[in-house]
Amino acid sequence: MSMNRQETEQLIQEVLEVYPEATGKQRAKHLMANDPTLEKSNKCIVANKKALPGVMTARGCAYAGAKGVVWGPVKDVVNISHGPVGCGQFSRAGRRNYITGHSGVNVFADMNFTSDFQEKDVVFGGDKKLAKIIAEIDTLFPLAKGVTVQSECPIGLIGDDIEAVAKKSAKEIGKPVVPVRCEGFRGVSQSLGHHVANDSLRDWILHNRDDDNSFESTPYDVAITGDYNIGGDAWSSRVLIEEMGLRVIAQWSGDGSIPEMQTTRHAKLNLLHCYRSMNYISRHLEEKYGIPYLEYNFFGPTQIAASLRKIAAHFDDTIKANAERVIARHQPMQDAIIAKYRPRLEGKRVMLFVGGLRPRHVIGAYEDLGMEIIGAGYEFAHNDDYDRTFKELQDGALIYDDATSFELEAFVERLKPDLIGSGIKEKYVFHKMGIPFRQMHSWDYSGPYHGYDGFAVFARDMDMTINNPCWKNMQAPWKRAGAETLQQVA
Amino acid sequence: MPNVMLRNNAAGELTFYITKKDHEETVVALEHAGPGTWGGEMELSDGSRFYLEPFAQPPKLPLTVRVKRL
Ligand code: SF4
Repeated sequence: MSMNRQETEQLIQEVLEVYPEATGKQRAKHLMANDPTLEKSNKCIVANKKALPGVMTARGCAYAGAKGVVWGPVKDVVNISHGPVGCGQFSRAGRRNYITGHSGVNVFADMNFTSDFQEKDVVFGGDKKLAKIIAEIDTLFPLAKGVTVQSECPIGLIGDDIEAVAKKSAKEIGKPVVPVRCEGFRGVSQSLGHHVANDSLRDWILHNRDDDNSFESTPYDVAITGDYNIGGDAWSSRVLIEEMGLRVIAQWSGDGSIPEMQTTRHAKLNLLHCYRSMNYISRHLEEKYGIPYLEYNFFGPTQIAASLRKIAAHFDDTIKANAERVIARHQPMQDAIIAKYRPRLEGKRVMLFVGGLRPRHVIGAYEDLGMEIIGAGYEFAHNDDYDRTFKELQDGALIYDDATSFELEAFVERLKPDLIGSGIKEKYVFHKMGIPFRQMHSWDYSGPYHGYDGFAVFARDMDMTINNPCWKNMQAPWKRAGAETLQQVA
Repeated sequence: MPNVMLRNNAAGELTFYITKKDHEETVVALEHAGPGTWGGEMELSDGSRFYLEPFAQPPKLPLTVRVKRL
């Protein structure tokens, strides 16, 4: 029983009532009922604005966007979390960006490097320490292809000149050293961190080998951008693209490397999965090197087939025929998955609240399983993400931007969904409310979810979450109906 | 004088993207649309108007340019 637009609007009004007037007015602009006919979102929803004081937001910081999302998965650089130890340690390996290689020898993405700021560094500045760390890293890890300096809050506050250190150290060690100005206080969410990281890739890495033409390219070279290989996502996507006869020459940035990024300019097409975090570099690649980008979606067989065809349309007839063959080969396996899980999941109602892309991308996968999305929202999306969301979502569905924890709980209490997909901060709250929950940032320690292989895992995970017998045991045995007879027997 | 990126989208329309604001609009009217002079006053789908110093020839897109808000 999905709600129509009017009912949704009314629900929003009721939930907003508890706020003081000014807060309520502000928050009202971030909530709406979906209208799939809308093309533009800037008239009907406000996004990418600072969270209000006094409400709890689920957002992260710019450092999380730059170090955690974009730079973190690049396997052959050493990312120094420059500042106190906590930011780096608490963000280490949480997203499970899988990599190949030997940890600590030629890959470093699963390690934590930090300058471990102490009081004296804050008082006297940390530039000397940073230079020393970079030299030390070069001695200890000679196979690292570069070093990045991911600034945490104190660096910006005390005014350290990491750019100068980076330039000097880069000369000394003969490798790129990238200063990333992603101090956590910049911007309103981690989204700015993505942008800062994209810009640093553009300014310090991308063009370094522009005069080296030793790479032999083919007309079938493509790059995958905006795939962070969470639980192996990029690998399960890559196999499909290769199966249709294309050659993947770069992965950005899951299991990616600096040389791959520098050869990206030879690609004929740039496949962009996460628009939110990598549209910046994609636009740059298009402007500077003439590589068009194509947004695609590898969640669920319907979207995958559509995306494979869309990709193939950029190439010749062999590739187009190959795409059809790939789809035909996988379809029976996908049908079997749907035949197995759909009867167990049909009609289940889902609410999503994740990052900046997935709420619109996973809708197709849920619909393939017969499920329905009744509410969706982003933590840090911008208006261009909402533009892309309206068409995917059913009429009247609830949309919430940067929902506060109060709003989310209130909506859930009223809508009573069968499944919630959101982040780790929300997970245990909803578990305690007795509602099945999947952590959709890093697939709840599962995955991959991209590609045909990923859909098998996705379907199984949704089933085992929703149909888990534990949800029937949310009440203490002595409070259940029929408990009295039990007692009497005892 | 915002920095904007002009590009043709998949449907062949000219789009106007304000980098700093993540704001994308299509251009609905362009004063000089070539061949020859290209640029001048442009009107966007949201009704706002900008001025682009005209090029002698239509440039290769995408391209980042500075425009003036009118
Ligand atoms: S906000 Fe600052 S201190 Fe907190 S995690 Fe981000 S960079 Fe670290």
